[in-house]
Formats: sequence, structure tokens, C-alpha cells
Amino acid sequence: MNRSEVFKSIVPVITDELVICNIGLPSQELHMLDDQPTNFYMLGTMGLCSSIGLGLAMAQREKVVAIDGDGSILTNFGTLPTIANNVVDNFVLLIIDNGSYGSTGDQPTYTGKKTSLAKVAQACGCDNVIECKAEETADVLKAALEGDKMTIIVCKCESGNIPVPNITIPPVVIRDRFMTEVEKRNR
Amino acid sequence: MSDDISQRVVGDLIEGGIDFVTTVPCKQLAGVIDELDKSDQIHHVPSNKEDEGMGLCAGAFMGGKTPCIIMQNTALGVTINTLATLIQFYQIPLPMLISFRGELGEPVACQVEMAIHTKPLLQQLGIPTFHFHKREDVEELPEILKYTQMCSKPTAILTDATFWRGVR
Repeated sequence: MNRSEVFKSIVPVITDELVICNIGLPSQELHMLDDQPTNFYMLGTMGLCSSIGLGLAMAQREKVVAIDGDGSILTNFGTLPTIANNVVDNFVLLIIDNGSYGSTGDQPTYTGKKTSLAKVAQACGCDNVIECKAEETADVLKAALEGDKMTIIVCKCESGNIPVPNITIPPVVIRDRFMTEVEKRNR
Repeated sequence: MSDDISQRVVGDLIEGGIDFVTTVPCKQLAGVIDELDKSDQIHHVPSNKEDEGMGLCAGAFMGGKTPCIIMQNTALGVTINTLATLIQFYQIPLPMLISFRGELGEPVACQVEMAIHTKPLLQQLGIPTFHFHKREDVEELPEILKYTQMCSKPTAILTDATFWRGVR
């Protein structure tokens, strides 16, 4: 199972949730499969998906799912101690770990070698860290959303990509429709 | 470091509606960070790197908060991509209260190296920039905060050593 197949499997779980989605192919795949005002697509800024998600979860009541990647977490490693030390139980971080930089041509990352993101997250102080197989992701994510505890999920999947169209929605529109939805749900 | 000026700055932030602040510390900003931690009206989240802090601020903004980032000017080097592709691209208002190291009174030579680039970088990025040098410059802070929200841009408030000491 590669990342786009993982996305296909989790769409029913996240379709009604506030989602911050990682730059590049992950955002493009989610946009192609299930475009929603509740999706915030990152069009740039490698690494900050988990930080945006945590900031959003801290600022309001609704649950937030940040869908990040191994390369992105490696770029912004400082995010894990910040998450661990600022616990908000409406935050779920799903790291789709395919051991490669998918959007740039599947160059390998160190998580496909010796580095375990689940162990790093635990060492940083994160309390609920679950590593799962790609096939288990939808169930694990569903359970995390049903439990009221901040959770970090590391989904180990295969690398590989499918052709997906670019996102042409202007960034301010993505942001505005997302904020409208956040505001509506917090009324 | 003078406590009254730090109190004034944090008071103005609160008065200006700022309720979420991320910081990476600087010696010049220690008093401000102390004051932030005393306030129960501001959610203070220390971050490990300034671009991470900007990500937290962007998320908090989308959740209805009015964020501000507090950082040192040397950090401009690690935030340029984030400023351009997140804060500016998505039109997120973000006042940046920046300690302007490397100006008069600076004891550390290396700080001068980034001080030289600070204003040119901000100008290149098209970021409205304000320089607090004299103590009375702080009087502009409330208007700068309003201006930032009005134009939905990042703004830079450079605060140098002379400002924090209150001497000319």
C-alpha cells in the first residue's frame, strides 16, 4: 500500500474533520479524492504541517488531523518536543511514513533506514504514539479521533506515486473557506 | 533590560488583541518573555525554531486567534521561505516583534553580520518595517498592530539595544 492508497482508505474517516495536509502530492491527492472546505492544503512551506495543525488545535475546540510525511517531519524535527510539551487532546498527527521524499522523485529518507519516527516522538515526550501498518491506518485513525487524547500515528507504507493534478484554488480561497468552516463549527 | 518597557510592550500587545505568541528567546527580549508568562490573556508557546513558530501562528490564526511572533533578527535567515509561501501567500496578519541585534551597543561582532542584512531582506520581501530606537518609539506599537490586521501582512518591528536600554 502506498501513500495514495492510504489516502483512499482514510478519506471516509477524515471527510468531516478539520485537516491540515502536507505540501506536494499529499495535498494534491487529498484534493483529487475529496476536496472539502475542511481541508487546508499546503501549497508551499516544507515541514510546517504539524506546526500549523498544533496551532489550530490550540486555538479552538474542534478536532484537528494534521497529515504529515516523514520527510516533512525530518525537516522540522523541533515540532515533536513542542507537540509533546503542549498537549491538546483535540490534535491527531498522522505521519504517513513511506521512507522517501515522494513529491520530489522518491529519494530515500532516513526513516526508511535506521531512524524510527515513533521512537523519536516517544523520546521527545509524546505520550500516545502508535506505529501501524498502512492497512491498519483507517482503523487506528478512527480510534484516535474517537478517543479524546492527543495521538501521534506513524503509518508505515510503501513509496510510489500516481499522477495527480495540481491544485489551482487560490491560497486565500483555501484559507478563507477553511476559516469559515472552523468558525461555523466553533459557534 | 528595563521592566517598565517590557510591561508596556506586553500591555500594548494585549490591548491590541494579541492572544497567542510564539517565541524563540533573545537576551534583549528576556523581560518581554517574562511578562508574557505572567499574563493569563496570552497563550505563550515557546518554539524551537522561528519557522516552526510561524507555522503555529498560522494555525492559531485560522483557529480565530490573533498571533504575534517574538524573535531575533538573525532568525530572518530561517524564515524567508515561510514568510513568502505561508504568511504572505495565504495573507496571514503577523506582527513580528524582533530584537535588532548588531546595532549600536552590540558586544558580539558576529551579530553585526546579520544586522547588515536585516533591513535589506525585509525590504526585498516587501514587509512593512518599523524601527524602535528611542524609548518613545514604543508609542507607535498600538497603531502598528492595527495596521498589521488591516493589511493582512507580516510586519516587522525592529527593536534595537538603545531602545531597550532607553538611552540615546
